Amino acid sequence: MENRRTMSDHILEMRGISKSFPGVKALSDVTFSVERGEIHCLVGENGAGKSTLMKVLSGVYPHGDFKGDIVLDGEARRFRHIADSEKAGIAIIYQELALVPEMSVYENIFLGHEIRKGSLVDWNDTIHQSVALMKRVRLNADPSTKIKDLGVGKQQLVEIAKALSRNVKLLILDEPTAALNEDDCDNLLEILRELKAEGVTSIMISHKLKEVIRIADTVTVLRDGRTICTLDARKGEVSEPVLIKHMVGREIDNVFPPRAKQPSEEIVLEVEGWNAWNRALGRQVLKDVAFKVRRGEIVGFAGLMGSGRTELARSLFGNPDDYRLEGRVSVEGKERGFKSPADAIDAGIAYASEDRKRNGLVLIQDVKQNVTLANLRAISKGGVVDSNAEVKVAEDYRKALNIKTPSIDQKVLNLSGGNQQKVSVAKWLFVKPKVLVLDEPTRGIDVGAKYEIYTIMNRLVEEGMSIIMISSELPEVLGMSDRVYVVSGGRVTGELPIAQASQERIMELATS
Amino acid sequence: MILNDLRKALRQNIRDYTMYFLLFLIMAVFTAMTRGLFMSSRNIANLMNQTGYIAVLAVGMTLVIVIRHIDLSVGYLAGFIGAATAIAMTRWGMPGWATIPFALALGAAAGLVTGFLVARLGIPAFVATLAGWLIYRGLLLMVTMKTGTIIIPDAFFNAIGNGYIPDIMPAETAFLPGLHKLTLLIGLVAIVLFSFSQLRARKSKQGYGFEVLPLPVFVIKLAFMAFVIGYITWIFAGYNGMSWTAVIVIVVVVIFHFVTTKTVLGRHIYAVGGNPEAAELSGISVKKITFTVFAAMGALSGLAGVLYASRLQSATTKAGEMFEMDAITAAYIGGVSAAGGVGRIAGSLVGAIVYMSLTSGMNLLSVDISLQYIVRGAVLAAAVIFDVQTRKRRG
Repeated sequence: MENRRTMSDHILEMRGISKSFPGVKALSDVTFSVERGEIHCLVGENGAGKSTLMKVLSGVYPHGDFKGDIVLDGEARRFRHIADSEKAGIAIIYQELALVPEMSVYENIFLGHEIRKGSLVDWNDTIHQSVALMKRVRLNADPSTKIKDLGVGKQQLVEIAKALSRNVKLLILDEPTAALNEDDCDNLLEILRELKAEGVTSIMISHKLKEVIRIADTVTVLRDGRTICTLDARKGEVSEPVLIKHMVGREIDNVFPPRAKQPSEEIVLEVEGWNAWNRALGRQVLKDVAFKVRRGEIVGFAGLMGSGRTELARSLFGNPDDYRLEGRVSVEGKERGFKSPADAIDAGIAYASEDRKRNGLVLIQDVKQNVTLANLRAISKGGVVDSNAEVKVAEDYRKALNIKTPSIDQKVLNLSGGNQQKVSVAKWLFVKPKVLVLDEPTRGIDVGAKYEIYTIMNRLVEEGMSIIMISSELPEVLGMSDRVYVVSGGRVTGELPIAQASQERIMELATS
Repeated sequence: MILNDLRKALRQNIRDYTMYFLLFLIMAVFTAMTRGLFMSSRNIANLMNQTGYIAVLAVGMTLVIVIRHIDLSVGYLAGFIGAATAIAMTRWGMPGWATIPFALALGAAAGLVTGFLVARLGIPAFVATLAGWLIYRGLLLMVTMKTGTIIIPDAFFNAIGNGYIPDIMPAETAFLPGLHKLTLLIGLVAIVLFSFSQLRARKSKQGYGFEVLPLPVFVIKLAFMAFVIGYITWIFAGYNGMSWTAVIVIVVVVIFHFVTTKTVLGRHIYAVGGNPEAAELSGISVKKITFTVFAAMGALSGLAGVLYASRLQSATTKAGEMFEMDAITAAYIGGVSAAGGVGRIAGSLVGAIVYMSLTSGMNLLSVDISLQYIVRGAVLAAAVIFDVQTRKRRG
């Protein structure tokens, strides 16, 4: 084994990979090499380019859609489709598992490459082989169990068995442990080690640095679409502080507008003992969360993807259908219970969602209809909308927020991302909230529009509103917040006054 | 210059204008092929009375489709409620005038049941209303089982589907002989009101500095619409005047047009159709809207049942057959979008008229029924294809 691990024995080499999306360079000149038979971890902040790189590798972005070369097993490859990379022996297991819940374990394992006898499926052989595969991944279950009746940890094992059934050479796991509890986590890592002993090479994307340190032979750090470094754990090059340093090394080059006023001491919103179970996922997503927000304050919520930040906002904003909730919320000292978003709005809380296209705006309607949507009551009499008042309100916000649109009759669909975001903010300002929750307020918008959004946020808190800003961008969190809460694994893992907050400190708490 | 403006205005509202153009084309072709018989006062009056129940159903169906659902149960629900009103009159002695509120209430209650299945229990509307389709069909057969067709003797009730509004003076006067004066007067008032409201809307838009149609185009549009209204009333006036069915349809369309375009409720309906998640997060109860829309659909089914039973002066065992399909077709021809959030009440009215004109014209020409279905299907497919294409182009 040892002498096979020469420097040149790479199962995979990706060289000079560049990939752009309209307006964004997601990957620039990335180099990524994986030795045969190792466990290679890929780490980096949200948006560092990890997932994009894996999509390039697996053919989700076909050859020609990016620049650079992929060499697999010494052979240059041009994947045009996921099926091509699967045939070449690459298997990716995404965070969102690709299993059919209503089908049995054995049906899922051989889904898409069924064992045939003539033109029929040979179920006996399928079950026979499934049992062997399940033993390899230590999956203790009846092969005819339906996927939906298994826990997330076991489902993940089914995915791995599925990959093994295709004689995988290179197994890629995207955040495999994000949804797992500790035991399942340990089990998974143990299986990865066993597979390594059998000669399977694995790439694991993970936010949990402790795991990375436990399992990795090699770690590659990506930041802002570039390869920062590749570290050899066997030579003792990997430690938590080293990884964090490389992950966050970015300079804070955004300029943040200054603020004239300090927040008051008065507490507007207080949350205690907040627990939430997501009904669709069937697991607890928030554990004993507590925080408070003062009048005129911007409170930053930092955390990596899947840490529970968005779930915190959505569960607070009255979504009892999606969540089972426990805990206390008080607004201005009065305890409140929200049965629906309408209740939360009435109590003075507004939530501008991170995905403005999916659940923020009605894209096929025009600017004025979107601006007034959440508070039509204010511009109607006896249920009839006063269209003149509506025009006036929309015009006021267009001017105040500098929404660039030919007219307020323009469909929101036709506006740029930054202007759509302003429409979304305008909608929530019109309900005159006490606390405005902004989830990723500057995602996908250009630098100029970002600065405008920041200026608007400052003006709002100076006028006495409070803002909760959920953001993946650490510079933004540090530049705008008065106080920062860090969320990880559904818990608040730290509260930092802005003076004590740094990128390294936040990342440490976010990966714990 | 004017031509350019016209072209631009046409292009911007191509979907709306095509429908009117389609209607005009159908009428012109049938008029030519029947040597004027199609546009005769008598035929148009009959056509409008036949369109009545489909138009009423299409109005409700538009809202149902706007919020991304469907209602297959409306046909037999209308048939069943028609039979229920017949029984109420013949057996329980319910006066004719009371049947309308009775039918509306019964229909709304049925709609609330559908709403409960869809909004509260989360059953797909297609399945829930398919169950309704079967159940109402069964109920209709059950209540007409012993008697078969129930003849309705009530004069007031039968006038709803067959009668005409009274005139203000006798037909045979020196002034406009042979014409229905009240109908003409209503037409005149309608033209004045329409022009006035268009002018006011234009002024108010200009007041905010919005783009409006260039003046010549505006005048042409106004004149055209005035001509259309005038011509229609003229044709109506040439037979018996305006029918009660037409009055009911106009009242329904005006109410629903007002609700959908001017009220908070209307806004909420279209927001739910356009993006349910965003609507819910904006504090709108998607459930409540779903209940409301299905209740309205149910009430309109009840009204359609009254219109149909009154037209036949009886309740039959087959009343309501295929109405739901006719209503869905009319709504789609009228420009409602299956993706949700788009569709106008006026559009669906025109869609219903287009659809019934096709039927009536082909009947006059004695086109075989097999071919009639094929033509109707082709028109529906063409309308939706055109819709998808124009929407795609505008992004």
